[in-house]
Parts: sequence; C-alpha cells; structure tokens
Amino acid sequence: MKFLLQRVAFYLFTAWAALTINFFIPRLIPGDPVTSLINKYQGQISTEAIQSLYVLFGLDKDASLWSQYVDYWGQVFRGDLGLSFTFFPTPVADVLNQSLPWTIALVGLTTLASFAIGTGLGILAGWRRGSWLDGLLPVTTFLSSIPYFWLGLLAITLLAGPDSIFPSSGGYEPGLVPSWDGAFIGSAIQHSLLPAITILISSVSGWILSMRNMMVTVASEDYITVAHAKGLPEKRVMMSYAARNALLPNVSGFALSLGFIVGGTLLVEIVFSYPGIGYNLFQAVGSKDYPLMQGVFLVITLSVLVANLIADVAYLLLDPRTRKEG
Amino acid sequence: MSGKEPVLEIKDFSVDYGLGDEGVQAVRDVTLTLHRGEVLGLAGESGSGKSTLAYGVTRLLPPPGVISGGEVIYHPPGGDPYDVMSLTNAELRAFRWAETSIVFQGAMNSLNPVHKVSTQMLDVIKAHEPDLSPEARIARAKDMLKLVGISADRMDAYPHQLSGGMRQRVMIGMALVLEPQIVIMDEPTTALDVVMQRQILAQLVELRERLGFSVLFITHDLSLLVEFSDRIAIMYGGRIVEEAKSADLYKDSLHPYSEGLLKSFPALRGPRKELAGIPGSPPDLRGMPTGCSFHPRCPHAFDRCSEEVPLLGIPSARNDPSRSVACWLPGRVPVG
Repeated sequence: MKFLLQRVAFYLFTAWAALTINFFIPRLIPGDPVTSLINKYQGQISTEAIQSLYVLFGLDKDASLWSQYVDYWGQVFRGDLGLSFTFFPTPVADVLNQSLPWTIALVGLTTLASFAIGTGLGILAGWRRGSWLDGLLPVTTFLSSIPYFWLGLLAITLLAGPDSIFPSSGGYEPGLVPSWDGAFIGSAIQHSLLPAITILISSVSGWILSMRNMMVTVASEDYITVAHAKGLPEKRVMMSYAARNALLPNVSGFALSLGFIVGGTLLVEIVFSYPGIGYNLFQAVGSKDYPLMQGVFLVITLSVLVANLIADVAYLLLDPRTRKEG
Repeated sequence: MSGKEPVLEIKDFSVDYGLGDEGVQAVRDVTLTLHRGEVLGLAGESGSGKSTLAYGVTRLLPPPGVISGGEVIYHPPGGDPYDVMSLTNAELRAFRWAETSIVFQGAMNSLNPVHKVSTQMLDVIKAHEPDLSPEARIARAKDMLKLVGISADRMDAYPHQLSGGMRQRVMIGMALVLEPQIVIMDEPTTALDVVMQRQILAQLVELRERLGFSVLFITHDLSLLVEFSDRIAIMYGGRIVEEAKSADLYKDSLHPYSEGLLKSFPALRGPRKELAGIPGSPPDLRGMPTGCSFHPRCPHAFDRCSEEVPLLGIPSARNDPSRSVACWLPGRVPVG
C-alpha cells in the first residue's frame, strides 16, 4: 500500500512537470495565437475583432507569467483548454471529447486484441518449440517490418474502393448521425475494420516474438522440470507455471503500449482519415492550432502516465517478488 | 532395515544426447537395483552421468536427451511390476510424484516464484487425488510441512520469502506429500551450507524410518554417502564401475576410481594422511577412451585395460554377492 502511494505521488509529480512544460512551450514559440489567427484569416478580421480576440485568449493585459501560470492551472482543472483555431470557435475540450472515443475504441480494442492473440500464439509457439507454429514467426516478422503507412496505403489501394465492403476513409457513413443505433454502429465497425486489421498485422508479431522467447527461457527453469516431475497436467504446467512467469515482461510492455494508444495513432488516423485524436493533431499541426496541440499533448501525457501506473499495479499483482511487506 | 525386495530395477539403461553420429552416450548399460526402504547412493564426478540417469529413469530428460535402450521396472507395493519406459503419457503423469518423486539440486529455483507454497503443494495433491476435499488437501499439506520442520503459517509464503534451507525443506515436504515409494534426490544439499546439509539429511533419515520410502541419493560428495546410505554405486563415464555396501566400499574399495574418490576427502580421525586427488579430468563423452574409460587416469592400468571394456560383476577374490566391480585388476575380474 505504501509502495502504491509512493508511485501515485511520483506520477502526480511527473504530471505536474509535464503540464508545466505544456504551459511554457507555446509561450516560447514566437508570435501568439492571435497573430496566427489573423494570418489565417488574412486581414479579414476587423481591429475590434482582433482586440476582442486578445481579450478572449487572455492576452490583453500584461499579466505576469506567474499569474498566467496560476490561471492555466485553474483552466486545466476546469477542463477548459481554450478555443481551437481549426474548429474555431469550438473549445478544444469539445474537439477532444469528440475524437477521443474514436481513438480509444479503434486502437484500444485493437491493441487489446493484438496483445491477446500475440501472447496466446507466443505461448503455444514457445511451448511447442519446433512445431509448425515456428513457421509463423518469419511470416509475422516480415509483415511487421513493413512500414505502417505503406501497409495502410496498400490496404486501401487493394481492398478499399467503391465496390468493396471496406470504406477507404472516415469513421462512419457521412450521412449518418452519431448515435447508439444499429445503423451507425454497424457503419462504424465497417469503417474500423481495415485500420484495425492493418494495426493488428503490424503489431501482433511483436507480442508473439517476445512471448515465445520468454516461454523458451522459462521452459528451461528448474521449476518447470519440477512441475513435470510432479505429474501435473500438461496444460497446467504450460499456463500456471511457464506462461504465468513468461507473461511478466509482456505485461509491462502491454501497459506501456496502452499509453501509446492515444499518442501512437497518428499514422493510422492520417492514412485512413479516421476522426480520432491523431487526426486532430495532424490538423492542428497543419494550421498552427496551438491550443489544440496543447490539448492533444496533455491527453497523451496523461494517458502515458496512467498507463505507467497501470503497469506498476499490474506488476505488483502478478509478481509477488515486487511486493514489499508491511 | 533394507529388505531384499526390489522396488526399482534399472536394466541395461542407456541415454544418448543427440542422434546419429553427433550423439554422445551419457549413460551406458547401467544396471542398478533399488530395494524397498534403502538409501542407495550414486556418486561420481561432474559429467559422469548420474543426474542424466535420474532424469532418464523418470523420463524427464530435456531434448536432445534420448533414452536409447534398457528398461526400468517399477514394483508397486502389492501389485504387478511394470516397465516405466512403456507407460503412456497419462499413465506416466499418474506415476510421477505418486510413486517416484524428485528433489532437485537447485533448491533456489525449484519452486515457482509467482505462486504461494500452498498453491504448489496443493496442485500436486489435486492432480493425483482429485477426489480429496480441499480441506483434506490443506490438512495433508500442512502436516507434511510440519514433518519437515516448516510451520504451517508458512503455507501462504512465496518462495522468495523463504531461506534456501527452508525452500529445500519445502521441496522435500512436497516430494513426500503423496507418500511415494521412491524419492530421487539429485544433489539436494549442494546449494546449502554444511550445517543446513546435516540438519536436512538427519531429518531425511528420520522421515524415511517413519514413512518407509526408498531413496536414490545422487551426489559428488562421497563422504556424505558413506555416512548415511546403505549401498553406494560409483559412476564413471556413464557406467557403474563399483557397487557395494557403504561400509565395504569405505573400508575396502576395489575399483581404482572409488579409491581415488575416497582419498580425496580427509577422515575425521586417524593418522594424518596426504590427500591425493585423481589426476587428469573426466573423460570427454565425444571421444571416450577405448577399453576401460578410466584407464588413462588409472595408476594401475595395464595393456588389457585399453583394449577391453571390463564388465560389472562379482569380484573373484571377495566372493561376496553384495558387491560388484568393473575392473581388470587381478582378483577383481568376475568369476566365470
């Protein structure tokens, strides 16, 4: 318990540091949001409008850096991340609210599936070393070595098209209104199939490979021989003795990859024009949308930290040796 | 103590590592009998094949180990003997631990680090006696731990919370929990200090008297065997070179190799003697010497030693059926 509190305190500190950096970076960039907004509208904004924009962004008064910093924290806690330029005048929080579920649903579920399938196959391949399952390894390694954007483009070129069941872009049929009805969910699933399959193909081999190697390492441990000598059923030796120990490094890898669900989806969402948070970031970079970028970075930072915390807790639960008594 | 009734007969047992021309013979034509209730010591240098023999008879050899010949006849109490080598996988699983359990040399690594002691004790009972109620299983496991000197509250400990000696006690308790007929001990005390060795061995002897199992005790420490085993078999280069009652072997060893082993540790009492090791090093299994594999290191070697392999038999000069030796020296060649 004490250990857990220590970890939480550590992550709170890290979060504070990350958010502080997030505060300073835009202020170190030359120019200010209003200037870039003015540039965007190329002189079509009246002087009054410019003045009100400065007020809106809180840049009108010569507030000290410290009071800006205090205000910034207040905004973060209220979930107020400013207004997006790209989707002006939608608040960044709303933009993220809309895109985050898409990313989490697509990449989150795919990462889970990839981990489950990869680890399962890895367990079997490691346990039955030398069987046909070993033939799987070169194939999956080959597939995962293909650069992702190319794999995605290839998939779109070959599989998507007007006659195909795979749409080439977007998250759902343009005419539909997002809601929890069958037509919309069906369309969303249909749109997510191709990105999901390509992510799966490119990520599953990592899990297979690392799990298989750990299984091979663990299989030569004394306690595996003892488990065999005890006359335990083969399945029990494989799962409870070998896989249970081999899983440990993979679990921390998995928790870390949870953190990248949000951050690592840039390519997927750009290639498939998927309405997730990575696509937001892409748009934000294209139009110098600082508040949106800041918001996306905030979300990425927090999700990486949460994933790390999950990794710590998972390790604590799975490996008794990391637990401290008392 | 030791009856004449056999419990495990190993006959012409051979183990190879690898197949074909690449393969090496690690155990060659070993014939050895373990009697009910006795402690049979198996001694030899590293690489002499003693552990391989133990893994072989329980069919636990990791690849590339292959059993290339021989039988292992197990005599269940009050049942018909059967060959362990011809058991199906399911029969073999049932045979393991319930009839023959093993205590391995790595006291530190024999327990699964992520499971509690109780989980590891109970799963073996559950696998072999599925009809037993969970309460009865727990009671049995606790009794057994108490018997090996571990308090019952340590059931919920993880292996890393136990000392090396405690872990080996847990392993011994686990090995006895199904009350097997045979316990194979593969250097069980090597990783422990001398005091702990003593304690554990004394306890083992006591437990054996109470539970009546037989022990095949494998070690390179001949002094340990002389003290508490009934009979000793000496292995060299994959073969048994001498087998005798412990006292006979200690007082009057017949094979030059046994003699060398005995001279390489000091006696507690008696006049000071110079310790003499055995010159040379154990043979390379890939290029075994012709004839007796010990002849390049043997102080008494003569022509015949490098030409013919001596067979294990009752030495002519002793005329004692309880002992056998494989040597060409006069008086040791088997009669007939």
